[in-house]
Parts: sequence; C-alpha cells; structure tokens
Amino acid sequence: MSLSAIRKVAVAVFKESVRDRVPYSLVLFAVVLMAASFLMSRLTAGQDLKVIKDLGLATMNAIGLLISIFIGTGLVSKEVERRSIYSILSKPLSRSSFIVGKYVGLVLTLAVNLGLMAIAFYAMMQYLSWTTDDWIKQGWRAPALDPWLLAPVALIGVQLMLTTAVAVFFSTFSSPLLSMLFTLGVWVAGHFSGDLRNFQTAVDSPAAAALARGLYYVLPNLSAIDVRNEIVHGRAVPWQAVGIGVASLASYIGVLVAGSTLIFNRRDFK
Amino acid sequence: MLAIETDGLTKDFLVGFWRPRPYRALDHLTLAVEPGEVFGFLGPNGAGKSTAIKLLMQLIFPTSGTARILGRPAGDVDVRRRVGFLPENPAFYDYLTAEELLSYFASLFDVPSADRATRVARVLDEVGIGAERRMPLRSYSKGMVQRVGIAQAILNQPEVVFFDEPMSGLDPLGRREVRQLMLRLRDRGCTVFFSSHILSDAEAMCSQVAIIAQGKLAASGRMSDILGVDVLGWELVIDRVSSEALALLHGRARAVTELHDGRYAVDLPPEAPEAALQQLSSAGARVVSLNPLRTSLEDFFVKHVADTAAREIPSR
Repeated sequence: MSLSAIRKVAVAVFKESVRDRVPYSLVLFAVVLMAASFLMSRLTAGQDLKVIKDLGLATMNAIGLLISIFIGTGLVSKEVERRSIYSILSKPLSRSSFIVGKYVGLVLTLAVNLGLMAIAFYAMMQYLSWTTDDWIKQGWRAPALDPWLLAPVALIGVQLMLTTAVAVFFSTFSSPLLSMLFTLGVWVAGHFSGDLRNFQTAVDSPAAAALARGLYYVLPNLSAIDVRNEIVHGRAVPWQAVGIGVASLASYIGVLVAGSTLIFNRRDFK
Repeated sequence: MLAIETDGLTKDFLVGFWRPRPYRALDHLTLAVEPGEVFGFLGPNGAGKSTAIKLLMQLIFPTSGTARILGRPAGDVDVRRRVGFLPENPAFYDYLTAEELLSYFASLFDVPSADRATRVARVLDEVGIGAERRMPLRSYSKGMVQRVGIAQAILNQPEVVFFDEPMSGLDPLGRREVRQLMLRLRDRGCTVFFSSHILSDAEAMCSQVAIIAQGKLAASGRMSDILGVDVLGWELVIDRVSSEALALLHGRARAVTELHDGRYAVDLPPEAPEAALQQLSSAGARVVSLNPLRTSLEDFFVKHVADTAAREIPSR
C-alpha cells in the first residue's frame, strides 16, 4: 500500500464529489432546513436557541448520513458497473491503495460538507445572537456561539466515518441497493445499541435476548458518542465514555477498511 | 526474456445461482510472445480472448497456471509501470475531461508534474483528440472514448501494451490511424498484444498470431508460416471476352464466372499463367487484373476454429 497512491485516489474522489451536484444540493437543503428551524424557533418562546441547536445538529447528522450512504455504497460498485475499474486497476496502484484512497476521499468530502454546514449553523447562531434582546440572552445556559458545539459536530464526523466504512465494506461485494440497506441497518442498530443490551427487559424470550446481546457486542455503538443533547441542554458530558466510544469506533473503522481491502483484493472483475 | 508468457493458464467461472457449477472460460493457455512484436490474439466472440487479457492484467485470478509479463508475475504492481492496457469498450470518469483523466493516470505513473501537461498533450495529439481534450468525457462519442482509451494505454510509454479489440467503435479512418499507431509502437520497441476478430487487421500488422476457440488455443505461429509462400492458383479478371476466348478458357480454368457485360472472373491453376494470358490477348480479351491465391488468415482461422468446435462436440 502506498500513501502517495492513496492520496491521488482520494483527491480524485474529492474532485468527483465537487463536480457532483448531489452532495451540494444536500448541503443547500441542510442550510434551508436550518433556516426553517430558525423560523420555527420563533414560535417557541424562550426555547428558540435550543430548538435551533437541536435541529441544526440533527440536520447535519441526517444530511451527512445521506451523503455517506449514497456516495459510499456507490464508490466501488459504480466503478465496476461502468467498467472504469479495468483502466484504473491496470495502473501501478495496489487494490488496497485504491480502496483506502476511495475511503479517505469520501471522508474528506464529508469533512468539507460538514464544515460548510457548521459554518452555516454558526452564522445562524450569530444572527440569532444579534437579534435577541439581552434580557433573553441572560436566560440562556450556553451562549449562541458556543465553541462546545464543535464537539457534537466532530463526533457526528466520527459517526459518519464509521458509516462510510460500513458503506464501502458492503459495496466491495454487494449491489448498491443492498449496500444501502445494510448500511442503514447498521446505523439504526448502532443508535439503539443500549436497547439491544437491555433487550431482556422488553421480551420474555431468552433466545431473543441473547441474540440482541450478541448483536450489541458485534455492532458499533454510535449512541455512545452522541452528545448532542448534553451540549444543547448544557448538561455534563461523560467525556471518558465518549473517549472509549471514539476508540471503539476507530477500531471498527480499521477492521472494516481492512475487511474491504481483503475482499477487494480477491475479487474477480469479469 | 519474453515479453509475455503464459503457462497452462486456466480460468473457471461459477455459473448458476442455486447450484453454481464451473464453466471453463479459458483452458490451459500456453503462449510465448517475443519482445518488439505485434502479436494478434484472434478468436470468435466468446472464445476467451478478453478472459486471457484480464488474467494477464490480473483483473481476474487464474484457477490454475501462471502468467508473466517482462519476466515478472502478471499481478506485480511495479511491472504495471511498464505496461499499457486498453480494455474492451473502455469507460472512464464522465465528470473529467480527457486532459484531466490522463493527468490523473499520469500521476499514478509518477510522471513529474512539470512534464505531465506536455506528456498528456502529446499523447492526445497522437490519438487525434485535439480541441475536444477539455470537454467532459460524458460528451464524447464512442469512437472518441476509444481514442482516449488508447491514449491512456500508451501514456506511460509502455514496453508491452495490451489492446482488447482496439478497432471497436472506430470508423475506417480511425482504424487506419490505430493500425499506424500500433506499427509505430512496434518500431519504438514496444510489444503490442492485441485481440481482435477482424482478421484483415491482424493480417496487415501481425508478425505472429494465436487463434483461440472455445477457451482453447487452436493454433499459433508466425504469419509467414501460416500464410505460406506457395501460390494456390490465380484469380484473373478479363474483359471483352469473345466466344473464341471463352472456348480457350474451358480447357485451362478451374472455374469461369460471368461478372457482367462480357467481363469474367477466371480461377486458374497454380501453373504459370503467362501462356493463357497470351492466348486470351490474341483472342481479343483484355486483362483487368491478375492476383495470386494464397492461404488467407481467414481460411486458416475458419479451419482451426471449426476443428476445435468439432473436437469439442463429442465430449459435450
């Protein structure tokens, strides 16, 4: 595997995404949604800041997820479908560098998109701060331009890195539609990880409870690093648990990328 | 050192969804290609030509056997620096222009950025993509995409280049240009390995050919050996043929066919035709053309492909 080759492939993926209208339409949609949340917040007296923060972060998460799944699941399968894989793999580029480059390129794309959404989000906060009376601001638990808001944004980024790794993993051997469903499944299960752990409280079947517990240990725990509520509502964040969650997701990403290269290295392109 | 060598190269694909069973697409292919040759890899559609080339480029992995390029295993990443490849019906990234695509590929070959633009421009000029080089590939015609495919295959000044059906999608002018390009590559010392089912292209360019049918090597050899030097007969076309001239031909010709308005095609035996020509001329006939008949690549191809099919039928 060569770092230089990975960089070249990653830049090409990023360039493709820059020319692709879909991610930017989604980012635009996110900005519109945030603006809409701004209007909605005016209807909820005294709660406007929290509503904007909540909706803004949720929008970033959802749009990032859409980009990650839609582009991630097509990263490899589209190359195979349109047969561009033949030309690229005949170049002095290992299959592992190709897959890792594709992954890094999409993560770079997501980082830029997330960055753009974060800038729009902060711009909205700034506007809210300018247009809000001081006596209302005194009631806010956290300022509008709270630098701590960058923490959930960064953690959304980590979640999206994991989702992208899952999408790329499935796309190395499955069709785009199935890859989308599998990735979405992992994302949903990852957010309800805690419920899987305590499944025995909801069902009588010991087998179902054991299966849920098994899934809890196998699937990544995305909810462990979701600190949006804590930051928005000014509550204490369990940073140690978040740190462990990030480390655990980093291991998952490593395993998924390694698995993707392993599968891709053995695949025939008929 | 051989440019390309395969030894017992075999590929089975699994077919069928519920009960997959192996289908042999390539069966023990053994080839040796000398450096600096234009090697024609011929066969009917579905014979296994593209499978063999994909095995050589390691886009698919062999069930058994080995393949080497320039003395190194076919999958070696370093050997790909010295190899070019045009896939059959190539497709590229629609969002890029030809210039950007080639620049990206040049970066993968570690062409220094200072030389990249010059190299890309020169190669695109060589394949006849001029003003269109800054247009997105999605707006290209099939023939133009084929030219870009050829350009990316020769971008790294390869020592060995694989062309899978290089004439596909090209008009007669484009085909002639590609033939000339292949001969230029050969003159620069590059080994050109190309697959085709268009025999006239192979006949015009190849020093050596291999014929593959139903996954098996049916025949291989030098063109001079295949086509031979012996004249098998003469094809004579004559005009203004009188009844006296016709009577003369009946004893000598193997076949006489009237074309139109007193013009005839005559199939003469291999013996020297000078005497017959003299007599026909005396009888008032005018010679339009006289061509020697030799074994054509088409005859050779048809015979070997038919033989392979005949050998296969009893075993199926």
